[in-house]
Amino acid sequence: MKPAPFRYERPSSLEEALRALEEAGDEGRVLAGGQSLVPMLNMRLAAPSVLVDVNAISGLDEIATEGEGEAEGEGEGDRRYLVVGALARQRTLERSALAASCCPVLPECLSVVGHVPTRNRGTVGGSIAHADPAGELPVALLALGGEVEVAGPDGVRRIGADDLFVGFLTTSLGAGEMLVRCRFPARRGAVGSGFAEVAPRHGDFAFAIACASVALDESGRIAGARLALGAVADRPLLVPAAGDVLGGSRGAEPALRAAAAAAQAAVDPADSLHAPAGYRRHLVGVLAGRALRQAVAKASEQLTKGGSR
Amino acid sequence: MRRIEVDVNGSRHVRHVDERRLLSDFLRHDLGLRGTKVGCEHGVCGACTVLLDGAAVRSCLLLAVQVDGCRVDTVEGLAGPEGLHPLQEALHRHHGLQCGYCTAGILMTAVEMAGEAGPHSVEEIKQRLSGHICRCTGYAGIVAALSEVVGS
Repeated sequence: MKPAPFRYERPSSLEEALRALEEAGDEGRVLAGGQSLVPMLNMRLAAPSVLVDVNAISGLDEIATEGEGEAEGEGEGDRRYLVVGALARQRTLERSALAASCCPVLPECLSVVGHVPTRNRGTVGGSIAHADPAGELPVALLALGGEVEVAGPDGVRRIGADDLFVGFLTTSLGAGEMLVRCRFPARRGAVGSGFAEVAPRHGDFAFAIACASVALDESGRIAGARLALGAVADRPLLVPAAGDVLGGSRGAEPALRAAAAAAQAAVDPADSLHAPAGYRRHLVGVLAGRALRQAVAKASEQLTKGGSR
Repeated sequence: MRRIEVDVNGSRHVRHVDERRLLSDFLRHDLGLRGTKVGCEHGVCGACTVLLDGAAVRSCLLLAVQVDGCRVDTVEGLAGPEGLHPLQEALHRHHGLQCGYCTAGILMTAVEMAGEAGPHSVEEIKQRLSGHICRCTGYAGIVAALSEVVGS
């Protein structure tokens, strides 16, 4: 259980890292926190011949907000983002006051990502680029409708969460590209989010994960809802049907139950040792309901608190 | 091979290591510090937990070349000339270990907790211990020992 030999590169700038990745081609892998990659190296499930350790690149660990409309009176369509650099550690984001105020669902879901020692080292960007279908952060990115910024030989581009996860452990990043920033839409106005999962023990891979984000209009009707699921498909899964069912409703129980049923209908989970397919499908309904209920409650709270702001 | 310079428990070590050398193996085989144990080698069991610049990490999920210039603390650094560390004393008193294989890792997580703003609730202590697998004593004694030192 030791890694196969590899060439180790430790670039100190993004440009050097991209050059090393381009030279390595298919044989290169980015090493960030290493909390998913190193187990795969140890078990020889992965044996890249070049490892590009990006930990020495400075300026990639920022956690900040970005975007227009930070001042009062912003126009429609302006969005503010919580921007998380590729090297920001999961534990840092979990304890960030900025994350707690902009995207409270992130600290909540991070508290069940592995354990403190793996979160001290594991990065937010690495977890999203790894695209584990049972990872909490990819599900949260999808539910919040975030995006990632990737750098590559042709410059920098953004990929929306809806177009990012394309298969098992697979993203739409191209050859020689590297994720440099994750952008989570910051909470604004009557918006709320919810997170729920069931795992055999705290910190274990979950049997099923649900994360939801709900926006209310001034009259308290649902203007938009996004529900994402984890651990029940080959990739983190958005359930557009749940959003369709909820749109225009007041988020009352019958509508929430219909959305949860839509989530169940959208998945065809596999059997696993401790959770047969039927149980997982049952969990999807329960967890989707919990996440949506929590999101609606928090959005209503915001509506009563501050109107549309 | 790469040359690395690491501060382990306050002593400086300069070694040439293979790029694929895990930190856990570097500590055990290159420095002879066998207090750090190796269990699952994929980050689940917690036996190999050490402190890297003060934060608890899995030493089986780090390459030795990655800790060049860093400070590493292992279980060997806990006891002083005056005797055992208070956390070691507490585990002893509460029968918080039997075979001892998980103990070094649990101690390093507990040391990290002791350095945080406390006190920690029993629920928090149990949650932190969920990252450490003990297969013989059971957790009652371990929770009691940690509660005494880092709890309310």
